[in-house]
Amino acid sequence: MSKTLIRGARPLGGEPQDVLIDGETIAAVGTGLDADGATVIEADGRILLPGLVDLHTHLREPGREDSETVLTGTRAAAVGGYTAVHAMANTFPVADTAGVVEQVWRLGRQSGYCDVQPVGAVTVGLEGKKLAELGAMHDSAAGVRVFSDDGKCVDDAVIMRRALEYVKAFDGVIAQHAQEPRLTEGAQMNEGVVSAELGLGGWPAVAEESIIARDVLLAAHVGSRVHICHLSTAGSVEIVRWAKSKGWNVTAEVTPHHLLLTDELVRSYNPVYKVNPPLRTEADVRALREALADGTIDCVATDHAPHPHEDKDCEWGAAAMGMVGLETALSVVQHTMVDTGLLDWAGVADRMSFRPAAIGRLAGHGRPIAAGEPANLTLVDSAYRGVVDPAGFASRSRNTPYQGLELPGRVTHTFLRGRATVVDGNLT
Amino acid sequence: MKRHLISAADLSRDDAVLILDTAEEMARVADRPIKKLPTLRGRTVVNLFFEDSTRTRISFEAAAKRLSADVINFSAKGSSVSKGESLKDTALTLEAMGADAVVIRHHDSGAPYRLANSGWIEGAVVNAGDGTHEHPTQALLDAFTMRRRLVGPDAGLGRDLDGRRITIVGDVLHSRVARSNVHLLTTLGAQVTLVAPPTLVPIGVEHWPCEVSYDLDAVLPKSDAVMMLRVQRERMNAAFFPTEREYARRYGLDSERMARMPEHAIVMHPGPMNRGMEITAEVADSPRCTAVEQVANGVSIRMAVLYLLLGGAEPAVAGNRTTGEQ
Repeated sequence: MSKTLIRGARPLGGEPQDVLIDGETIAAVGTGLDADGATVIEADGRILLPGLVDLHTHLREPGREDSETVLTGTRAAAVGGYTAVHAMANTFPVADTAGVVEQVWRLGRQSGYCDVQPVGAVTVGLEGKKLAELGAMHDSAAGVRVFSDDGKCVDDAVIMRRALEYVKAFDGVIAQHAQEPRLTEGAQMNEGVVSAELGLGGWPAVAEESIIARDVLLAAHVGSRVHICHLSTAGSVEIVRWAKSKGWNVTAEVTPHHLLLTDELVRSYNPVYKVNPPLRTEADVRALREALADGTIDCVATDHAPHPHEDKDCEWGAAAMGMVGLETALSVVQHTMVDTGLLDWAGVADRMSFRPAAIGRLAGHGRPIAAGEPANLTLVDSAYRGVVDPAGFASRSRNTPYQGLELPGRVTHTFLRGRATVVDGNLT
Repeated sequence: MKRHLISAADLSRDDAVLILDTAEEMARVADRPIKKLPTLRGRTVVNLFFEDSTRTRISFEAAAKRLSADVINFSAKGSSVSKGESLKDTALTLEAMGADAVVIRHHDSGAPYRLANSGWIEGAVVNAGDGTHEHPTQALLDAFTMRRRLVGPDAGLGRDLDGRRITIVGDVLHSRVARSNVHLLTTLGAQVTLVAPPTLVPIGVEHWPCEVSYDLDAVLPKSDAVMMLRVQRERMNAAFFPTEREYARRYGLDSERMARMPEHAIVMHPGPMNRGMEITAEVADSPRCTAVEQVANGVSIRMAVLYLLLGGAEPAVAGNRTTGEQ
């Protein structure tokens, strides 16, 4: 197989190094490495990161191929610097059987742009009533370890307890979409000053926080691990911090949009800002950034949620919830965390690759940049600044909240097991 | 004035007073033997109603017709909308037909704002009530009614509601009437107090430019006008209050309570009334209750709004003294 020499890149933002890729693995890391017939990439001090890992991606296939397919979604992931994504289970049909998770897994393998690790549903049909065959999904070719009813909360305390207990048998984790359903009936946006004025149904912070509080207690009680999806409030941060201080096995993710945007944007009634959980307040954004910096929040997850144009080109109440995020995540993280001095590039590698891979127990991803490791790598031009233009997205959908916004950073190269999926910012 | 009327918050004090003064001119036309003005001849006003509201729809229809506009009524029921047509496609259709103004009533908060700001149509958009957001022409007709009663039809011209104490009672949480009134009455210099059980006041209300009280009896003696909001019976099932009777006892207006109001103070209701719930029949039928007057004033206000949005600079009523020049 071919060789590639990345010359003068800064692994994790450190001192410039040469990195030699031979076949699927990193052959050597050092200075003054010999090209020896390898394709040379002059990195000029760009940042080299381990391939990014997303714990929370909606690829929409099977069922909603009008908004995204495994192929288009993984191409978007590669452009964003990702080498592995976890595909959420809320497809049609729901990924609640070994058959569906294997189908998604196989489609990922065929795409070749990014590893696709299917997430299995916790309950049959995401209905919260009856456990799906979690063991069968784990034992399938897809090897599912992360289970989630994302989009819906596992709100029945007994079902949640059983799920947490049951997956201990194969080191699984339940990723909870924390949303108390009764408190969020008719919810359209964060409940607060802005919702009061706009007359949109409120989604109170307590609806998220009360479920997180319950679930960290349940996880502690049964000695299992729980992962909190898209944590969005300052109060949720406090609960997770407390749970971690007890030594409980609790992890959490935050989305890029919750690190940057607030509910003030909803004043435009533009459904591109409609998302679940909703955009919160400035104080929440501050707390989330601090929590990601101090490690209370383990990782950034995109919650990439593609929707066709017609589902956003309408009135707020009729619009779908969600935003695409794979292609802008790293830029938003650089903007909100690195350029603000809250996190260095080693921290970015940790929150966007090492830790999500560890939570998902994903082999071959989130590994150090060292000889002998799989060559899953992302090269980032952090000096770049550009205006977000959804027309150029690899994703099939365009529902980004960042259109027209200038953001820093750009992925120039992505390598999936030694193969370049992105070269000079373009898909191969 | 702006090109659309979406929110009462968009109106400056001068805009609002201009609308009230213009409505006063329009009201005088209603006293003439021929009630019709030629002002909007050849213009098309579409009433686009996604929610049933016969009262508001016929009020706008009467207003447009008295100004000689062509009126098209588009109701979602039984139309292409009920077959799944989007707001956008409906808007594009109306645009193709040459609507000069679209009066929209919609169950979703923000739908009129989207209609006005998405580039789907060119015409003026008038919000005739959107979800639990706003109902600006209702607030205008309420302010008009207050000015007529508390200041006087002639004495009120050119004036606002400076210093008047207005109390709004009931389901503030779900009320577009309350939201629009808080904005408009504050702009016009009035002091607004909202009275409701705490369950029916929105989280975040502390940022509104008004007072909030849970005690109706304490507020009544200090009120120049008391506006009773309609309480939807289905709220009871969602545990906003225990029973209709308890609501009526604590927050309903009966004649005993009305007696605690200052003598000059009026009782208002946007209709339709739940007699026996938020208001007793005795109060509703008393001369202090302006509910029927509000309906008549609604036509004048909607004439004024359509005229000001569509009519341009020409005087609405030729030879009327209120314009000051002839």
